[in-house]
Amino acid sequence: METISTNKEKRSTKLRLVLKKQEDWLKKVEEISGQNVFACYQCGKCSAGCPMSAEMDLLPNQVIRLLQLGAVEPLLNCRTIWLCASCFTCTARCPKGVSLTRLMEGVRLAIFRTRKSDEISPKEMVKETLPQIALIGALRKLTA
Amino acid sequence: MRIGVFICHCGKNIAGVLDIKRLVEEAAKLKDVAYATDYVYLCSEPGQKEIQQKIKELELTHVVIAACSPKMHATTFARAVEEVGLNPYLLEIANIREQCSWVHHDAPEEATEKALEIIRAAVAKVSLAKPLAPITVPLTRKVLVIGGGIAGIQAALDIANGGFEVYLVERSPSLGGHMAQLSETFPTLDCSSCILTPRMVEVARHPNIHLFTYAEVKNVEGIVGQYKVTIEQKPRYVDPDKCTGCGDCAEACPVIVPNEFDQGLGARKAVYVPFPQAVPLVYTIDLEHCLNTKRLIVCEQCYHACGPKAINYLMEPKEIEIEVGAIVLATGYDLLPLEALKEYGGGIYPDVLSGLEFERLLSASGPTGGIVRRPSDGKIPKRVVFIQCAGSRDPEHGCPYCSKICCMYTAKHALLYKHAVPDGEAYVFYIDVRAAGKRYEEFVQRVMEEERIVYLRGKVSKVFQRKDKLVVWGVDTLSGMAVEIEADMVVLATAIVPSKNTADLAKLLKAPIDEFGFLNEVHPKLRPVESSAMGIYLAGAAQAPKDIPDTVSQASAAASKVLGLFSQEELSLEPIKAEVNLENCDGCAYCVDVCPFDAITLVVEEDGHKHVEVKKALCQGCGCCMATCPKEGINVAGFTLNQLKAQIHALLKEDEDD
Repeated sequence: METISTNKEKRSTKLRLVLKKQEDWLKKVEEISGQNVFACYQCGKCSAGCPMSAEMDLLPNQVIRLLQLGAVEPLLNCRTIWLCASCFTCTARCPKGVSLTRLMEGVRLAIFRTRKSDEISPKEMVKETLPQIALIGALRKLTA
Repeated sequence: MRIGVFICHCGKNIAGVLDIKRLVEEAAKLKDVAYATDYVYLCSEPGQKEIQQKIKELELTHVVIAACSPKMHATTFARAVEEVGLNPYLLEIANIREQCSWVHHDAPEEATEKALEIIRAAVAKVSLAKPLAPITVPLTRKVLVIGGGIAGIQAALDIANGGFEVYLVERSPSLGGHMAQLSETFPTLDCSSCILTPRMVEVARHPNIHLFTYAEVKNVEGIVGQYKVTIEQKPRYVDPDKCTGCGDCAEACPVIVPNEFDQGLGARKAVYVPFPQAVPLVYTIDLEHCLNTKRLIVCEQCYHACGPKAINYLMEPKEIEIEVGAIVLATGYDLLPLEALKEYGGGIYPDVLSGLEFERLLSASGPTGGIVRRPSDGKIPKRVVFIQCAGSRDPEHGCPYCSKICCMYTAKHALLYKHAVPDGEAYVFYIDVRAAGKRYEEFVQRVMEEERIVYLRGKVSKVFQRKDKLVVWGVDTLSGMAVEIEADMVVLATAIVPSKNTADLAKLLKAPIDEFGFLNEVHPKLRPVESSAMGIYLAGAAQAPKDIPDTVSQASAAASKVLGLFSQEELSLEPIKAEVNLENCDGCAYCVDVCPFDAITLVVEEDGHKHVEVKKALCQGCGCCMATCPKEGINVAGFTLNQLKAQIHALLKEDEDD
């Protein structure tokens, strides 16, 4: 995975994101999801309707924005992509026909393909009493 | 004298505030008022019928209509009374809406008293009114179009095709204006020259168009219908009748200077045509850079190279006098100089360019043959940052307005750059993308989607040099991140400003300009192509920043206004003109100096008796003369001193009583 160039020496102050072409990671996400992130014009309708947005550290539209900018690092460390319930509300409502649900899945898969370790271990999941379907869903979404 | 007073409710606009019943009662008591009534909408068809019927039925001799501003409906009511045989100048409008009910809606009682005073004043004024008849002046059915860009070209062609003679004056050596400099045009990506040059040729060949390039309007006198214009033809030092446009002179010329047409990025010789498709295709010697001076001829290279012997170093400027009935102003725009944007390195770093400069780099006929190269080292830039609103929407740079075309041309630039340099990266800083036009939004979205251009929402703070790169410090407010881009080239969408000399020309024509120097229209919505100076029409970016489709539409609109004017044999003018009272005028001539239209002259009779005389066609009825005259020797018809006095006395009457 490409590393994001952030000026680490100057971390004490706010980061200045250095923009340059690093589309490899983005291309992978787009290939998996079949979406063009540049089709998004950042209207925010996805975030406006997302039932999970209150729990998220990045709003759904910000996930696409970071993909557009090629800012991978904040995505790797965010909770949003794991909290996404894949309910498809954003996809159904997107005025430009971008499937953010698929992009979220794309980001998760791209992460698993590189790091090959679970987000939540199946052992942790079975400790909770989950309906069968939720357990299967969680296994699919959260494990490599 | 039988005056009729008609009071309009204007729905609730007036009746919601004022006590209409009381107004009618009080109006009816006024001196000479034979009849007073009210109506819910006087401007409506039945309202006008009511007025007409009462005029006939009660044999009213004068009419006061208390309603909205005369700017709104004076003409409507004038026509209505005229239809039943009343002279329209025996009608007076009392404005009890804009000047009363609207502004005093919180004090209805006092407002009713004020409305009464306004009506009383109008009655007093109209009782002294005299019938007036429109005056007719001759109309020269020829037009002067100033500016040979797409606006001027379109207006000239439309009028010429309508069958009238057109004088088209262009300051530079060729027609075409800025449009000729463009590579391709949004959103269709037509090649600009391909669509423009046929029009240029059409102008040059049109039997009704007299084309003056490399010429300027020196002086304009007169008014609508009869302008006297002096055009100065600057010397080209090349005989246009002999020049074949072969270019042998330019080949021989030893002097190389930056070419203005390429925004200084390319070179030309001291004898030149700005671009190969120039119309007329006649070479011009730029004496400022030529080795020769007016006094000394040291180089005759071009003279010897010229086959048809067209070069003439002794050519003099020529003055041409023409008469026209109307003028179309199509003087176009300039860009805010790069130097005004120091924080972006404008005028400091050679690879910080304006939109027009980048346009020349993209153009196949440009200085780099359509290959995008950095002016500093000729390298192909691999990372280009476009900055929109560079000076526009920026009151601190003096341009609070939107320059309107930048969003679109920046998207086009980004697309054309990606086509020219497929492995290059383009970034666009914007604060809003304004793509309101047919197929415009679709175009911008296509650029974002298909060309994968990163649009960053935010303004750039500064641009500085790091080795051979330009570092751009900006922000993306959508993600909340400050960003840094190491770019090879920065393109600024610099603000559009009126072209230089627009202000001087406007002053010469007495055409008003706005605080930014753009020509002002009479009404922003309903009369958008007319100047308040009668007979002067506006087209193109000289009135406000606008793109090619809007410019062409406006130019055609201006042309249709001119054709409408020219559909008359002679011109009928309002009779609101200054009139001299020979009994009182002693020829002191104070009024001569104050007249802004040079309409008053001093006449000395054979017996030594002096008095002034008004040229009715020139007079605009402004009243400066009347205000200056110490002897009541000059009056504006319809607004005589006596009428105004009566009006003022009527307004102050109650105070006198108190």
